[in-house]
Amino acid sequence: MKDKTLLLIAIVTLALALLPLGFESNVVLNFLAFAMIITLAAQGWNVLGGFGGQFSFGHAAFFGTGAYGMALLQVRFGVNAWLAMPIAIALGAAVGYAIGFLSFRARLRGSYFALVTLAFAEVFRISANVWSFTGGAAGVLVPLKLDPWNMQFADKRLGYWLALALVALVLLITHRLRESRFGAQLIAIRENEDAARALGADALAVKLKAIALSGGITAAAGSLYTQKFLYLDATLAYGPWISVEALLAPIIGGIGTIFGPLLGAFLLLGLGEVTKTFFANLLGGARPGADLVVFGVLLILCVAFAPRGVLGLLARLRGRGA
Amino acid sequence: MLKLDIFLSALANGLMTGAVYALIALGLTLVYGVLHIINFAHGAMLTAAMFAVFICHAWLGIDPYLAVFILTPLFFGLGYAIQRLVISPASHGDDSNILLVTLGLSIIIENGLLMGFRSDTRSIDVPYGFSVIEIGNLFLSTPKVIAFVAAFVVAGLLGLLLVRTDTGKAIRAVAKERTGAALSGIDVEHIYAVTFGIGAACLAIAACLLMPTFLVNPRAGNAFVLVAFTIVVLGGMGSIGGALIGGLIIGVVESLSGLYFGESLGQIGIFLIFILVLLFRPTGLFGAKA
Repeated sequence: MKDKTLLLIAIVTLALALLPLGFESNVVLNFLAFAMIITLAAQGWNVLGGFGGQFSFGHAAFFGTGAYGMALLQVRFGVNAWLAMPIAIALGAAVGYAIGFLSFRARLRGSYFALVTLAFAEVFRISANVWSFTGGAAGVLVPLKLDPWNMQFADKRLGYWLALALVALVLLITHRLRESRFGAQLIAIRENEDAARALGADALAVKLKAIALSGGITAAAGSLYTQKFLYLDATLAYGPWISVEALLAPIIGGIGTIFGPLLGAFLLLGLGEVTKTFFANLLGGARPGADLVVFGVLLILCVAFAPRGVLGLLARLRGRGA
Repeated sequence: MLKLDIFLSALANGLMTGAVYALIALGLTLVYGVLHIINFAHGAMLTAAMFAVFICHAWLGIDPYLAVFILTPLFFGLGYAIQRLVISPASHGDDSNILLVTLGLSIIIENGLLMGFRSDTRSIDVPYGFSVIEIGNLFLSTPKVIAFVAAFVVAGLLGLLLVRTDTGKAIRAVAKERTGAALSGIDVEHIYAVTFGIGAACLAIAACLLMPTFLVNPRAGNAFVLVAFTIVVLGGMGSIGGALIGGLIIGVVESLSGLYFGESLGQIGIFLIFILVLLFRPTGLFGAKA
């Protein structure tokens, strides 16, 4: 069983790695790279929300911290991008730990936890929008210097493979997590926190570890975003869009599973593109918001009919067939 | 002397805005008190109500203060239907599901409006939009004074409804003990939907009171809803009196910190209050023990 999942991770990674070899289309490469960024953000959410059962509505706080960390370390302090990325990830983990420390110690759960994470993300967004250090409302621009040494690649496939490598790493981490004692405790807390505590799990310590890991992974997504687009402002980095996508992808793909966020991110972005094109053709012009309306409907449908996402549906179909 | 005048006018403005905040928070706190859920679609529903007021005025020529008599029942019905037909069946009675469903609703409403109206900011032009009432050295905007008074009237009526009518008693019974209420013959699902409808109706009234002086765009409600969450948390989840006082406090805090620290930092002040209250006194200033 253990080896089967590892094998599956290897196959999926290899397949994704081979995808861009056949063609040079920029549109597809951009799509793939962006899907990797969303996957990573969603994998971060899934650690805390999927395995730990703590639903955050403000993962933008971590994504934005990773993104701004990456940009500001390079622009303001002249740090090399390859060094800036681990620091940005560590910053995201630290922000996660801090938010977790404050809210889990106050025993916030359920809607209270969702609310407080949402509020933290908003505080970060407004602060980044007014503070001159973060570039204020004008945002930050990372100078274009195409050179692998700066983590800026002339060949877009290299950027995609880098993001894919991180996604694969997190797939492995999640797999290890599920097999580990820490993972078992985290899942026990999701199922029944009081019972887990009664059985000797240190709920606070476990949840703190989970939110720090979650924050770090989502911050990695943010730092990749910075390197891909080389521009950031408060709404891009800390806006509600990323909190929503980080939460939607695992829920649609399969919450609390290893491959759920990856599958969900592809479905979400693919569907988004289809919807945009459809409405643009139908109404003779781009309609902002159309893709998000579909996402919202999808979220409700998933909650109503497929609580374990697409992977859960597949498993159910297979169970019926066998 | 001039300084005192500025301070007093900021205070008065804060109180008046706070009253409308309180009205928005009333719906939220009532729904929380009865259904024990946080309605994340509250802000989007407010935006929808503001657009409804805009449509009434711009396309049908109905004054916002008259529109209130059309939109309040309309939004009550909408709220009732949303709870009965969407939230309740989709969430299978699980709290975290309700959270996600209302989040989904807010995404649909907000972006549906974005599709329909684009992101342009709109306002309505009423003859009394800029008229003022003069009290001593204070100049108070007439629509805001009306909003202030109306918010208290609505809160009073809501209180009467809850205390005096059978529906109100049923609502309070369900809030206290849903199983007991069901056993004594109350249709709990119906009461849930009625409560949700009342929450939506409060938003329709708030929107009619806001539109003469505010602007609307598809994201307008978000600014209010985080304020409303803060008020609800500050006043104590489920407490109507708490929502009123919390609304006034937040209105004044926002207005005064805007005066002394500038617009954008005034907003951060609200969020900091929100986070601090959630962390250190999650039952709120006036809330009963959870």
